[in-house]
Amino acid sequence: MNTIKSTTRPMPSRLSRAKDSVSDFFLMLYRVYAFVLRFFKEVLMPPYDLKEIVRQCYETGVRSFTLITLTGFIVGVIFTKQSRPSLTGFGATSWLPSLVSIAIMKALAPLVTALIAAGKVGSSIGAELGSMRVTEQIDAMEVSGTKPFKFLVCTRVIATTITIPLLSTYVAFIALLGGYLNVSANEGTTYTTFMEQAFDPLTFVDFWASLSKAIVFGFTIGIVGCYQGFNADKGTEGVGKAANGAVVTAMFLVFIEEVLIVQIAGWFR
Amino acid sequence: MQKQKAKIDTSNEVVKIRGLEKSFGDYDVLRGIDLDLYQGENLVVLGRSGTGKSVLIKLISGLLRPDAGSIEVLGNDVAAISQRELEALRIRIGFSFQNSALYDSMTVRKNLEFPLVRNRKGITKAEIDKNVESVLDAVGLSQTINQMPSELSGGQRKRIGIARTLILNPEIMMYDEPTAGLDPITCIEINDLINEVQKNYNTSSIIITHDLTCAKQTGDRVAMLLDGQFQRVGTFEEVFKTDDVRVKPFYDYNFTE
Ligand SMILES: Nc1ncnc2c1ncn2[C@@H]1O[C@H](COP(=O)(O)OP(=O)(O)OP(=O)(O)O)[C@@H](O)[C@H]1O
Ligand SMILES: [Mg+2]
Repeated sequence: MNTIKSTTRPMPSRLSRAKDSVSDFFLMLYRVYAFVLRFFKEVLMPPYDLKEIVRQCYETGVRSFTLITLTGFIVGVIFTKQSRPSLTGFGATSWLPSLVSIAIMKALAPLVTALIAAGKVGSSIGAELGSMRVTEQIDAMEVSGTKPFKFLVCTRVIATTITIPLLSTYVAFIALLGGYLNVSANEGTTYTTFMEQAFDPLTFVDFWASLSKAIVFGFTIGIVGCYQGFNADKGTEGVGKAANGAVVTAMFLVFIEEVLIVQIAGWFR
Repeated sequence: MQKQKAKIDTSNEVVKIRGLEKSFGDYDVLRGIDLDLYQGENLVVLGRSGTGKSVLIKLISGLLRPDAGSIEVLGNDVAAISQRELEALRIRIGFSFQNSALYDSMTVRKNLEFPLVRNRKGITKAEIDKNVESVLDAVGLSQTINQMPSELSGGQRKRIGIARTLILNPEIMMYDEPTAGLDPITCIEINDLINEVQKNYNTSSIIITHDLTCAKQTGDRVAMLLDGQFQRVGTFEEVFKTDDVRVKPFYDYNFTE
């Protein structure tokens, strides 16, 4: 008979519970690492599912496009507006375009894109694969020899790794546009002057650092979303947890990677 | 339709299970299972809800790993072979899930094509269409070809799930409650389908069910899972010729007032 064993263990203390959840988190990061290794092992083997990759790129782009456009623009306008007073103090408002573009290109564009994509794309990948796991669709693929890891995970990770850098570049220009509109309304700077000043302080290294950040963020969001969904627990609760876990973990990793990449880019200057 | 005598080769076990154990946490689900599935036979597995029937076929297909014991499928030790060999083996085994497990994001046609497109390299469009139409016809659902799974009824989903498994012409079929929740007429059709698959393709099948009519019409042998072991195995009549209180209710509930 299947009797339910009573679980009258003493309530764990608050401290030991916190310790458990921290060690769970690091255990999870280790599993994500193993998942990454599996990705690189499987991604090179056929079939390549090009059609599915294109479809996933489209999904990724479309899902976050409106929100990203809006946020990018607003960030550009607000950042310019808020920076002005501190420059006016030194009589240096003419530096505004340079300041704005450095901030946007080097830091804001990839980060803003990544955070929004983590919320929109990462969570929906987590939920989608999570519900496929819970309803045994992934098992069904597994037992029919159709390689679900390739079809579901590899395609999505490739898609986010391609799409998020593109979106980040797009956000950079939209934010610059926001900055330009604000500067031209207040200081009357022309478009050509603004752009000249904006791109003057940027070096090739800055551009590459920004792009590689976006690529790493894209990969992270894709792999974490897939990891959470692919390993979701049974039950409806599992789907919600997967979606939530995808966002939280991806954001955490994005911040860590941001710090690391800024450090590394510093060595090349 | 009464079942015809099947061609069963009892010297050839396509599935051979010895001393199989599996537990989840501190609940021992399977406690030393021995089971043979012979070439060409339909074996019905009965047992109360939660006794581990679904777990058993998941172990056979390598979705779960055994804690102890051996599972040999078509001559391969499922727990010992490599991932690649397991994938190759799985194509030869059909697995129809208890809850259908249709791919939500794909139409019925795409669901059925999926295993073909991904397993048979170089298959032509015409061949795919032919296969899709023939399995759809076999389960009597040709009209649903362009529908999404969410638009189908539970029974229709179940039949599409079976069709998707049949499309690869598996040597072993595992049906997890194929008739659960279906109307009597569809049940009869499914039973006939299971028998036709056996006869036409010489497939060996494991049929999990609570439906004794299905068990009687399709099964060459019946195995009853009691307390984590197959304690009663034999023909339908042999298994139910007992006063065991764990067995009798199955029969009484299905066939008497
Ligand atoms: N992945 C899993 N993790 C933990 N426990 C599981 C898992 N799969 C099954 N179980 C447990 O194993 C037991 C047997 O489950 P199984 O699904 O095989 O039952 P069943 O015999 O198919 O029942 P039913 O007739 O209701 O389908 C159940 O108690 C279930 O809780
Ligand atoms: Mg079951």
